[in-house]
Amino acid sequence: MANSNNNRRKFMATTLQSVGLTALGGLLWSGYSDEVKASPLVLRPPGALPEDDFLKACIKCGLCAEACVNRDSNKNKDGSKRKGTLQIAKGGDHKLIGTPFFIPTDVPCYMCDDIPCVPVCPSEALDISSLLNKEEELDINKARMGLAVVHKESCIAFWGIQCDACYRACPLQGEAITIEHQKNERTGKHAFLLPIVHSDVCTGCGLCEKACVTEKPAIFVLPIEHSTGRAGDHYVKGWDKKDQQRVKNAKEIHTKDERSEKEATDYLNMGVDY
Amino acid sequence: MALNRRDFLKSAAAASAASAVGIAVPSSLEAASNDAQKDWRWDKAACRFCGTGCGIMLATKGGKIVAVKGDPAAPVNRGLNCIKGYFNAKIMYGADRLKTPLLRMNDKGEFDKHGKFKPVSWQRAFDEMEKYAKKALKESGPEGVAVFASGQYTVMEGYAAQKMMKGGFRSNAIDPNARHCMASAVVGFYQTFGIDEPSGCYDDIEITDTIVTWGSNMAEMHPILWSRVSDRKLSNPDKVKIVNIQTYTHRTCDIGDINIIFSPSTDLAIWNYVAREIVMRDKKGGGKEDIIDWDFVNENIVFTAGPANIGYGMRRKGEKSITPVNPDGSAGKYTALEMEIINKEMSKKVSAKEGPALEPFGYKEGDIMKNTPGTLKHWHISFEDYKKSLEPYTLDYVAKIAKGDPNEDIEEFKKKLQALAELYIEKGRKVVSFWTMGMNQHTRGTWVNTLSYNVHFMLNKQALPGNGAFSLTGQPSACGTAREVGTFCHRLPADMMVKNPKHRAKAEKVWGLPAGTLNPVGNQHIMKIHRDIEDGVVKFAWVNVCNAYQDSASASHWIKAAREMDNFIVTSDGYPGISAKVSDLVLPSAMIYEKWGAYGNAERRTQHWRQQVLPVGDAMSDTWQWMEFAKRFTVKDLWGGYTLRNGKKLADVRADAKKLGYNDDTTMYDILYANKGKKYKIDMNKFPQKGYDNSDCNGDSRKVLGGDGKEAKGCGFMVHEYLFEEYASFGRGHGHDLAPFEVYHKVRGLKWPVVDGKETQWRFNVKYDPYAAKAVKESGSKSTHAFYGPLAKNLLQGNLTGPDKSKGKKALKNKAKIFARPYMDPPEMPDEKYDTWLCTGRVLEHWHSGTMTMRVPELFRAVPEALCYMNPKDAKAKGIKRGELVWVESRRGKVKARVETRGRNRPPQGLVFVPWFDEKVFINKVCLDATCPMSKQNDYKKCAVSIKKV
Repeated sequence: MANSNNNRRKFMATTLQSVGLTALGGLLWSGYSDEVKASPLVLRPPGALPEDDFLKACIKCGLCAEACVNRDSNKNKDGSKRKGTLQIAKGGDHKLIGTPFFIPTDVPCYMCDDIPCVPVCPSEALDISSLLNKEEELDINKARMGLAVVHKESCIAFWGIQCDACYRACPLQGEAITIEHQKNERTGKHAFLLPIVHSDVCTGCGLCEKACVTEKPAIFVLPIEHSTGRAGDHYVKGWDKKDQQRVKNAKEIHTKDERSEKEATDYLNMGVDY
Repeated sequence: MALNRRDFLKSAAAASAASAVGIAVPSSLEAASNDAQKDWRWDKAACRFCGTGCGIMLATKGGKIVAVKGDPAAPVNRGLNCIKGYFNAKIMYGADRLKTPLLRMNDKGEFDKHGKFKPVSWQRAFDEMEKYAKKALKESGPEGVAVFASGQYTVMEGYAAQKMMKGGFRSNAIDPNARHCMASAVVGFYQTFGIDEPSGCYDDIEITDTIVTWGSNMAEMHPILWSRVSDRKLSNPDKVKIVNIQTYTHRTCDIGDINIIFSPSTDLAIWNYVAREIVMRDKKGGGKEDIIDWDFVNENIVFTAGPANIGYGMRRKGEKSITPVNPDGSAGKYTALEMEIINKEMSKKVSAKEGPALEPFGYKEGDIMKNTPGTLKHWHISFEDYKKSLEPYTLDYVAKIAKGDPNEDIEEFKKKLQALAELYIEKGRKVVSFWTMGMNQHTRGTWVNTLSYNVHFMLNKQALPGNGAFSLTGQPSACGTAREVGTFCHRLPADMMVKNPKHRAKAEKVWGLPAGTLNPVGNQHIMKIHRDIEDGVVKFAWVNVCNAYQDSASASHWIKAAREMDNFIVTSDGYPGISAKVSDLVLPSAMIYEKWGAYGNAERRTQHWRQQVLPVGDAMSDTWQWMEFAKRFTVKDLWGGYTLRNGKKLADVRADAKKLGYNDDTTMYDILYANKGKKYKIDMNKFPQKGYDNSDCNGDSRKVLGGDGKEAKGCGFMVHEYLFEEYASFGRGHGHDLAPFEVYHKVRGLKWPVVDGKETQWRFNVKYDPYAAKAVKESGSKSTHAFYGPLAKNLLQGNLTGPDKSKGKKALKNKAKIFARPYMDPPEMPDEKYDTWLCTGRVLEHWHSGTMTMRVPELFRAVPEALCYMNPKDAKAKGIKRGELVWVESRRGKVKARVETRGRNRPPQGLVFVPWFDEKVFINKVCLDATCPMSKQNDYKKCAVSIKKV
């Protein structure tokens, strides 16, 4: 009888332990599985598919990050390697574990002409065809890793200070960031030299964010989804001959909203109060 | 008087606004705005950095500077700054700031040149300095003691150093880094005007129609002035034209209407092309138009020429370190490769490129030109001769030699040159020509500076509002200190020269020295000081407020000499840099706002500030260091007789010293500082001293132990006012008038000459310059201008090949000069082995050698390393990927740098640009120490390198 008591005790203990472990494991797992939906503000390598597709395609092999840190231009003068741009997400990074990402204030993307990170991707989560120009050559300028955004109130160039460190750091000098000159009415004889980002050119490399001299960067890169709007295809800027290009994919127009969703007869047969 | 917050803000604003308009604020109100800020305080100062000279205000709290703002009352910048000025509050507080003197010692505590640095007391530091300075004097005389001085010294420090070196040590081996910054401009001014510094002021920017930048990256190097240029363009985009003339595309080219990329050194040819257009089209030159303003030229200008065979400022045959010459081509301490270039100093073959330009001067392609060691001699020529000198500069010739971008269509390039000439010539169009290092750091820098005035004079577009050639100064006080105080080997204050006996006599009188004390031989400019150390002549050298071992070309030679030869090198600095590493003794210097001081900017604006905070650690100002050092030397020590290297004798003046009331044991401190200084009293109840620290004069709460081992309680008199006022006395009445010391503490600087309380905006212009008005009144002329500078105003006469002594001299009082000067090649140009031009310079984010700005984390992060900016086609052809490391190698040395093909600087094929702020990319090891042989300014803008993957 003592034996079966012992067995029972053991069984209870083991069961409780399993339940505990399961619960704990469940907590752990659910903790991380939130990260799959967490932080939409993640910057991916060049050529990355749109985030939802990317998450499905990336097999978390880490070859892109390896190619980045091992690239020829990443050597120090003593032959050692600097930290690579691409990091692989670990637990606690608030990104899907195992996927590659970068943080400009840490190490920005240096926009390598030969884009070593993309050709090595085995699953086409990094789509090399999106980075080819008309001559079928690699062109890093076609990358759209994100979009740089300027917060005017903290950007000292908007105060009138002669900064533009971001402009000078930008590898698409005078194209992705341009300088807009405006008269400084307060002094009467100086000009503002304002950095303006052009979203049709900016690759999101983050060299600007890294160079920014404010305490918290006044220019910073956000994923394109979270830093852009879309005007819509039905209206063309009459004063801009080229604008018709923007809406070249315009389709047939059908609309339905709260007012129009009822069938005409249903609406009419509702009658009217008088 | 207790003020509530609202009243305080009102009075502070009123004080600022009032000063801006020039209204005096009642002192009760000023005092009140100070009292209300019990624990924090705003006070005005000048920015630490470039020659623009922005006004700032510093906030002090708890004895530390906590914030900075641009001074809204300052006319230069009206409250704005660039991002270096933006960080003025942070530059003094880097983690590795020098706090105590450091001496290289062995384990026994003895000085050992190969020992490690360990902290020592100030007393010990001065003991060693005294010992080794005396040793150097014994072994080499006054020529053995040298100072690397600075265009970043305050006016007081520079003047204190000059007095002790020239009056005490009788040594003229004091030369500032401004030699490498502005010397060509200075000699250009002296030769052209007879007096230094620009005729115009920054107001020219708001008035002019055209801004032409020659070899100047204003957008990065004078950002606030560029902001004003940009605004001028905005205000009238169609009429206002910007033209940039550079050897590579940079950010100044952004708003250029015309951007001309030229091959290094051919700026000489382009200026002469513009001059040729003016002359040939003019009726007197054989053309049909009225282009030259002959009324102005006949009244005010003469034509002159000088010799062409002046060499390149390199070592000459027979100098110790290039002797003996070996069969393999090496010589002394120099390799055969180095000697390939150095040999051109003695003679060189006239090339095909320069042949046509030199023909009017009597040379042709293939001739062997034998070079003199550089001379300032020049003489009158006729207008016909000047015209003859311009004949070679046809559009075809100039386009051929000057086009800098091999991929640019030559017809396009020609159109740009023509458009440039048209803009200058256009009647009624105001033009300002700006330049900085491109025209100054040039083996023909003096020539090209004078060529700029040629064009402006012929068109009567000089010394007028909105019209003029304006040399932009690089450093914050190359004007105010180095040039105006005269801390150069050949100079004394206010444009006086050591070689002129009348000038020496004046200085001796003011300084209280026996007649004959001052040394008339002043030839130890910076490169000569380095070379003299290498030759074993200079045995004691003191680096003040600069980084002489990072900023000098052929750097490996000078470092080796400093480290390995029998000498004693001292560096005073705020932070440890390469010069400190190379030194035997390092002294902690107080930085800019830790001492009373004054700077003078590029538009002749002198600005003063008070000491805002106590220096960090045991740091003391350079003025204090010189005064303590001077206490170690007596009349007996220094004023005996010497025989100089060239045989000239300096008399023993000790007996004469007694007549002045000195005895053998009187110290230089008493003679040069205390005797006359004590008339300037400390008065802590009076403006401007009230409420402000004055460590040099009163000591301070740190109780630093001074040169005598006792607490440094200050000199007891207002040394800053004394030094300033005594120095100012040289220039007052001589076209260099400065206002009284106290006035500068009330206003946001004044442009000298300040006559009857009024500053001068346009010098030499009768309407605006009281000296010019006085000159025409005395001479009875009706001229609009008087170029009253006194130097070199009595010249021989001759033609393009030389003077004719039989004709005698002709005076040219109140006149200026147009010079006939040819295009010439620099001594080193790309060839098969070293196939690329190397140009060096700065970036906006970093100042000079980066000792201050690299310690501001935000600026470091923005630009952490110096890159090698290269054309992407060149990179591809050499198999180099963007971001890869390459060797940048010349005949003198090599450094590793990372390649950038998409950067802020976009060179044409065949040229690379490397900035010099980064000691890890020590580019001066690669650069050539050739100088303009007239100004002795080093040419950092052109030498030949090979670029190879590491």
